[in-house]
Amino acid sequence: MPMKLTKFAFASLAILFLVAPLIAILPLAFTSSVILTYPIPSWSLRWFEELFTADAWRRAIVNSLIIGSGTTLLATVLGVAASLGLRNRLIFFRGTMRTLFLLPMVVPAVVLGVGLQVLLAGFGLTNSYAGVIIAHTVVAVPFVVVSVTGALAGIDERVELAAQSLGASPTTVFRRVTLPLAMPGVLSGAVLAFATSLDEVVLTLFVAGPNQRTLARQMFSSLRENISPAIAAAAFLFIAMTLLIGLVVVLSRSFLAKRR
Amino acid sequence: MAEFIRFDRITKFYGSLCVVENLELDIAKGEFVSLLGPSGSGKTTLLMMLAGFEQPTSGDILLDGTAINAVPTHKRDMGVVFQNYALFPHMSVGENIAFPLQMRGMGRAEIAERVARALDMVQLSAFAERRPSQLSGGQQQRVALSRALVFEPRVVLMDEPLGALDKQLREQMQLDIRDLHRRLGLTIVFVTHDQSEALTMSDRVAVFNKGKIEQIGTPRQVYDEPATRFVAEFIGETNLVEGVVEAVQGEEASVRLTSGAHIVSAVSGTVATGQTVYLSIRPERVDLTEIRGGARNCLETEVTDSVYQGDHLRVQLHNAAHPLIAKLGRRSREFPPGTKVFAGFSASDCRVIAP
Ligand SMILES: Nc1ncnc2c1ncn2[C@@H]1O[C@H](COP(=O)(O)OP(=O)(O)O)[C@@H](O)[C@H]1O
Ligand SMILES: [Mg+2]
Repeated sequence: MPMKLTKFAFASLAILFLVAPLIAILPLAFTSSVILTYPIPSWSLRWFEELFTADAWRRAIVNSLIIGSGTTLLATVLGVAASLGLRNRLIFFRGTMRTLFLLPMVVPAVVLGVGLQVLLAGFGLTNSYAGVIIAHTVVAVPFVVVSVTGALAGIDERVELAAQSLGASPTTVFRRVTLPLAMPGVLSGAVLAFATSLDEVVLTLFVAGPNQRTLARQMFSSLRENISPAIAAAAFLFIAMTLLIGLVVVLSRSFLAKRR
Repeated sequence: MAEFIRFDRITKFYGSLCVVENLELDIAKGEFVSLLGPSGSGKTTLLMMLAGFEQPTSGDILLDGTAINAVPTHKRDMGVVFQNYALFPHMSVGENIAFPLQMRGMGRAEIAERVARALDMVQLSAFAERRPSQLSGGQQQRVALSRALVFEPRVVLMDEPLGALDKQLREQMQLDIRDLHRRLGLTIVFVTHDQSEALTMSDRVAVFNKGKIEQIGTPRQVYDEPATRFVAEFIGETNLVEGVVEAVQGEEASVRLTSGAHIVSAVSGTVATGQTVYLSIRPERVDLTEIRGGARNCLETEVTDSVYQGDHLRVQLHNAAHPLIAKLGRRSREFPPGTKVFAGFSASDCRVIAP
């Protein structure tokens, strides 16, 4: 019994440790004060208003959505293609190739940032949406690859062979059999890619111009310029968006599973 | 017999492992041929090459006279039934069966009609809307079968399709498939490691061993006239007795056993006088009598054990040099251990096999 209690206490502490930053910042989103500190004098939604009316914040939200969507699309397409390639038995050094795809997860973002800036400058893509989307895609692809290779590994290859023997060309097999069966993995990958883009600051600092300020980037700079509770409101928005996406994934996965 | 499918000196290597070796096999249109052999003997590999999933390392596969090595699977027009059925888990039973018809660009109305007919044929009309995972193994098997037949393929390939079913269902499906084969005039290549399944269903059986065909013939031929020791032992149970050929006259040979006894036996291949050979004697062809009977061959033996097995009595015998097994009909009298008996069998129930 005391053992059980200790375990419970320990787990609670660990969770508290993880969510403490959220607990600290979220209530401040609803303060009426102009400074980002406790105590909260009275409750108000003025900082959300600020978020959606102030030009800088509004543009940041729109930019995040544009860049997030672009990254999701590009990373998902590339990630799915890479995962399909990695599945091929004939590829040499399959393990090494797979590790290469996952490299952006462990390489320090600063290093990637410098490299990308040099590279994008070479193609004249700095200070452009395309440039930021490409940069975000580099760090988002590994998530898609991990998620989609997992899903593909769960597909019985004989089902695809059966489709071929029934008259389906390779592209038809992909469209009618492989992709639908891997869909849960593709969806998770896409969501992770979007979340990665939403959250990305370091690469954005290196490659984005003033016109491509994302929400995360805007929060970062306004922290240094004027610490207003708009940051807390933005954080709230952030978390709400993430939870919403998570919910969509969970629901669509269980929907797909039910159709199985 | 005009061949429809022809394997022309097919060899297949996986790395340095030779899985199929210089194999020749002709299959006629409308024929049911079983590939029978132990696990790992290359049956599946041969079937996969016919379906186009694998390429032969050398040799040609001909269909109706033309080499199809370069034809991709989806253009070969062959229905394949896999052991685990390989149904599309994300489609309903009806959609599974409609798939090959959609691939052939058939109209909606015709597809619906054909799917209904196909489902009816396997008594699954009530299950069209279900997912494969909601069906029993036997039902999934029937869906896989009707999916492979609905588009009237030129050849139907089956890789141990009944392996996962229980005995009773398996025997029912064997008869059902044989019936379908006869009714629809299908050309079927059927892989199995179960000899009774191969004997039950096939027009001809090809016995595989280590990537080679040891013998091909009708079920009766491979059972009654095994060409090699492997075939004799793999199909059914047999007594193998060593001996030396003393004389050959036409279809018969006279063989002296190590015990000194003389046996007259049928010969399928070519054997020479003085050669050491094996005799294959099927246990159910052996008769036991207490006085020397009228059989052509008669061995003096002693019963060492006898076991009642319901449909037959299994008697173990010992004769100076070699043990022998006899299976007697259920009406046979008992033979207690120690009884001295004569084991008799005719010359045609005994086969000389060159080692
Ligand atoms: N894709 C493959 N790669 C390497 N070896 C294989 C492959 N497929 C089969 N083999 C080998 O080939 C041999 C024959 O296999 P298979 O044709 O499946 O035999 P069977 O169907 O008669 O049991 C086995 O030794 C097996 O391990
Ligand atoms: Mg096999």
